[in-house]
This record gives sequence, structure tokens and C-alpha cells, in this order.
Amino acid sequence: MDDYVFLAHGNGGKFTSQLIQSCFLPYFQDLILHQLNDQAIFDVDKCRIAFTTDSFVVDPLFFPGGDIGKLAVCGTVNDLAVGGAIPLYLSAGFIIEEGFPLEEIKKISSSMSAAAEEAGARIVTADTKVVEKGACDKLFINTSGIGIVSRDVDFGPHRVRPGDKIILSGYLGDHGVAILSSREGIAFETSIISDCAPLNLLVSDLLPHAHALRAMRDPTRGGLGTLLNEIARQSGTGMTIYEELLPVREEVQGVCEILGLDPLYLPNEGKLVAFVERGHAEVILQAMRQNPLGRDACIIGETMDKPAGKVIMETRVGGSRMIDMLVAEDLPRIC
Amino acid sequence: MKYLDEFRVKGPLQAILAKIKALSPQPVSLMEVCGTHTVSISKSGLRSLLPSHIRLISGPGCPVCVTSLGDVDRVIMLAAEERNHKRFIITTFGDMMRVPGSSTSLMKEKAKGADIRIVYSPADALTMAVENPEREVVFFAVGFETTSPTIAATVLNAQSAGISNFSIISNHKLIPPAMEVLLEDATTTIDGFLCPGHVSAIIGTRPYQRIVERYGKGCIISGFEPLDIILSTYRLMLQIQERTPRVEIEYSRVVQAEGNGKALAMLYKVFSVTDARWRGFGTIPNSGLALKEEFFPYDAAQKFGLTAPEVSDPKGCRCDQVLKGIIIPPQCPLFATRCTPAEPVGACMVSSEGTCAAYYKYEQ
Repeated sequence: MDDYVFLAHGNGGKFTSQLIQSCFLPYFQDLILHQLNDQAIFDVDKCRIAFTTDSFVVDPLFFPGGDIGKLAVCGTVNDLAVGGAIPLYLSAGFIIEEGFPLEEIKKISSSMSAAAEEAGARIVTADTKVVEKGACDKLFINTSGIGIVSRDVDFGPHRVRPGDKIILSGYLGDHGVAILSSREGIAFETSIISDCAPLNLLVSDLLPHAHALRAMRDPTRGGLGTLLNEIARQSGTGMTIYEELLPVREEVQGVCEILGLDPLYLPNEGKLVAFVERGHAEVILQAMRQNPLGRDACIIGETMDKPAGKVIMETRVGGSRMIDMLVAEDLPRIC
Repeated sequence: MKYLDEFRVKGPLQAILAKIKALSPQPVSLMEVCGTHTVSISKSGLRSLLPSHIRLISGPGCPVCVTSLGDVDRVIMLAAEERNHKRFIITTFGDMMRVPGSSTSLMKEKAKGADIRIVYSPADALTMAVENPEREVVFFAVGFETTSPTIAATVLNAQSAGISNFSIISNHKLIPPAMEVLLEDATTTIDGFLCPGHVSAIIGTRPYQRIVERYGKGCIISGFEPLDIILSTYRLMLQIQERTPRVEIEYSRVVQAEGNGKALAMLYKVFSVTDARWRGFGTIPNSGLALKEEFFPYDAAQKFGLTAPEVSDPKGCRCDQVLKGIIIPPQCPLFATRCTPAEPVGACMVSSEGTCAAYYKYEQ
């Protein structure tokens, strides 16, 4: 039983302490966290703060290109990054089902630590809870994050104007297909790995162009189709994107054809969509392409006056059709 | 991607489109029978390219959409029974989960605790039966001639492996009888058919000969890519203008005139033809497939005495007229108001191949 989590690990006493000592502290080495206080206390310069939270319930926990730990760090870092924030501090909350192997917690802690280090963010506070068998599925993680935002950064739909160019930072749908291919009950093999990555490493190269960046978001759950609709509705502009410009790997397209999925709605965990001033689009595109996370970036469309709040796609064969938000939950527990 | 990209290119499509536009502008209504065609037309924006005198109307070829309300209710009743007694694992294809019954859906029953699982293949349901010997695994089977042979194969596998805790509820239907009903209906206007590619891969061309001979309507067996559909439309227009209705195969990379003999043999080894209830059509004689008597141990309806209740379609829902191509979805008063993909009233809004869902998603 020593190799597994049992309910007593959640009792707040000796066993909890053992769990923290063996599975978390060796991996989360931040000095603030090691004070083991009920809170992390730190100084922040006089500046604007970005704050976000996200929960992760991905199934399976380990998938090609990552695991729930890496995802939990990148997901929160990315939510900060696309707002133009520099991620600084993260929290991590673990809800663990009894019987979960300690070895797997260690692996997950280790990859969280590595992802945080890559992103340059610090995991400064954490919590664990253990629940009875069946009360949660293996392991859920919540992370929150704090970042700082420069005064001259103001990204958001309110700044999107007709005539802006829409840039996508790379291939669509890799994360969704990586998860599907590793899920029980769907037997297919691909070489696709999740694109899970900390986007602040890419955004930092774009911040010198902040004046020309109108809005940025990362197309996670709901995919690109949903993201574009959200921005269209919030900004009141229309959008046209071009099917032949959308970067989709052949294997991803193949999986979509077989399973009846649409790459436009597949989740991504290391991509961003930027709405940029037309005149600066090429410069920003080149800046993205210089960065490994934006190597395959391309302009996929533009915003326009009409139809206000709607997204249109010009199809490969020259027809046009509407793109709506994702409606059905095609792929539950993808992140 | 091979066999796909070359059928999604602008140049050849524009060339065929030019030929269509060069024909005399005779108003025609062409029915694409299959839901996959409907989605492809909407998704590729073909309607926006065709001249306005060519009306493409959607037919009854979405198996989820034509499953009658009573047949959905029958499985929901079984799900409610499952919730109370934990005897069954109910399995089905994903789209069936959200189809509303008279008062609830399988998805809602699952949320309340019934063991209902989505499978991608009936073979997965059979595997589930092997892994759960103490439970009965029931597969809620819908589909046309395309999917029926795989169900037949699964039943034969269950029989040869001696698996006794697996059964199906068969709602399988046959396409050609529904096409004939449409032509007999005085309220429909159909000048020719784009026939379903994958159904035809099984049944071949013979069943459509009757439609040509008896009703004088052309039938083109079409592939599903934009170029397939536009080429089939052109060929059908030529037939109409030259008054030479016949069966043609456009989807020749998959379909052979004689169909798939092996699949058909397996199908009719397990199933016999029976009358079937279709949403929007009522009962169509000889349009369904029921398990033969020797396979009754695999027929959940026989095994557990399940009968489909008599229920009427939801008030205001005009799925029936959509399925017959009499109206297009925006003409239904519930479309995009009370009936949306998130809160569907009729099955045509639920299925990914449903006409209303395709219009809602791509053509609003």
C-alpha cells in the first residue's frame, strides 16, 4: 500500500506530511513554497497584475508530448501570457483519488517543475486533498497564476478593428489528436504529439510590437472556431478566414476525417491567435516565425465591418460558409 | 491527403460549375439523399456557388434523424430500468445520446446515473460484453445498408463465440423504399437524386433501376467531396435536360455496379426485411431490418419484451417536412429559436449529419 495514495494521506497529519515530503517538495523547490506557510508572500513592483485560474481533468493523465502536470502549468501560464502578462507566481492544488500510485505523482510533479522552470514562473504555494475511490478520477489539478503587465500593454477584443489581420501561430489540433490517440477505446496510432508549451516564451518576442497587437488568445477548448466567434461577438466586427491558409497536419486531418471531427474545433495547448494592425502584420508574423513556438505561424484571415459579430470561411473550393461556436462537447476531458 | 485533397480543389470545380451555368437555366430540385452529402454541401459552401435555379434539397439519409420517437423512447425506458437495477450496459453511437425522446434523452439518463456508453463500433460493444459477463450489453443499433453488415458480423461473432450477454435493438433501415415513398408523395418535388455513395457501395445500382424505370428520375451515385457533388449535379442536370434518366456511378473509386456481395450475404444471413417506422414518414413497408428468428437470443426487444410506445412528434417540429425536402430548415418556426444544437427539439438538429444542424452550423 506504500506505493499508493490512501485516504489517510489526506488527513492533514503525518501521512499528508509524508506525501508532501516524498512527492511534492523534492520537485517543487521554490524557496517561498519551502517555507510551508499557509500562503506565499512576495513583493510585486508597482505595476498591473494579471491573475488567472484553471482546473485540469485531462484523461488520460499521460499523453504523447506531455501529462496533466505540464498541461496544468502551461495552461495557466498561457492564459497570463496571451494577456501580455509576464507570468511570475503559480499555485497548484491537487485532488487525488485514493489508490493513485505515488510514482505517478512524482512524475507529474517533476514535469510541473520542469514546465514552470521553462516558463520562468515559480510554483510558490500548493495544496493536496485525497478523496475516496470513485469520488474523482485518478487526479485533478488546479493551478492559479499571477503575472505582471506593462502599462503600455492593452490587449483585448475592445481594440479589434475592421481591417486587422488574424495570425495563427502554428498547426491546429495537435493536442486534441494526441489525447484521442492515447485514449482507451479508440484504437489508432499517430506520430502526433501534443503542442503543450508555455506561450510566454513566444509572447515575449511579440511584446516589442505591443502597440500593433490588438488582441491575443489561445485556442484551447472549443478550438479556433470558438475563439474567433468570441472575439467577433465581443468586438462587434466580422471576420473572414481562408480554409486553404489554415495549417493542419495531414495526420490530424486524417483523424478528423475518420472520426467526423473538425480541426477548427480541436483544442490546442501551445498556439495563439493574434489580431494585429494590418500595416504591422508582416513584421509581427516574421517575429513569430523566428521563435520555435511560432515557426509555422501564418496569416489566416482578416476582420471586417460585416457581417458584424460573425465569422465566415472562404472554403477551398471558393464557396463561403459560416463558422459557429462549438456546440456539442465533442471531446470531453481534453484538458 | 490522397483521395481527398484532389476532390477539394478550386480549378476543376470552377470548370464544372461553368459547364453547369452553360446549360439552360431550367429550375430543378435535386435531392441529396445522404446526410453526409448535406454536410459536405453546407461545409464547402457549394450552395453559394450554384446558380439559383438549381435547388439542392436534403433527403432522409441521416439514420439518427429518421429513428422514430417511439424507438428512442424504447431505449430510454431501458436506460431508466438500468438506472434502477444495474442489469444493463447500454451502448450506442455518439449522436444518439442527445436525441430527445418524449421527455428525456439518453444523455440526461446517463447524467442521472444510467450506464450508457458511446462506442465507435459494435465490435467494441461485444468486447464490453466479454469484459462484463455479469451485465447484459445492449447495442442501440441505427444505420442504413452501410452499417448493417458490420452489425450482422458482430452478431455472428457473438454467436460463434457463444457470448450470451450481448444483444442489439435493431433500428436498421433501407434507403430505396424511402426514396420511393418520397416520389409517391404529391407534396414533394424531386427531379433527380444524388444517391448515397456508401450505401451504394453495399447495394450497388440495381435498387435504383426501379426508380428510373417506374418514376423516370435519374440517379447519380455520388462521392462526398465537393468535386464529386458538383460533378454529380452536372451529370444529373444533363440527364434532365436530355430526358435520359438512368443510374450512373460518379463515385467509381468506391462503388461497383454489383455492390458488395459478401456484405449483402452477411446482412441477409442475420436480418430479414420488415416494415419500419421512420420519423416524419410513418411506417414504410419493407424498409427495415429485423433479426431472423435464429438470432432472437441477440435481439434485445425479443429477449426483454421491449415494445416501442406510440408517441407523437413534438409540437411545432417540422422535421417530417425537412426529411422529405418539402421545406428547408429556416422555414421551420422552431429553427434557431426553440430548436438549436444545444437544445434540440427534433432529431434533424441533433445529428452531425442532420439537415437542420448543417444549416444551423454553416448556413445561417
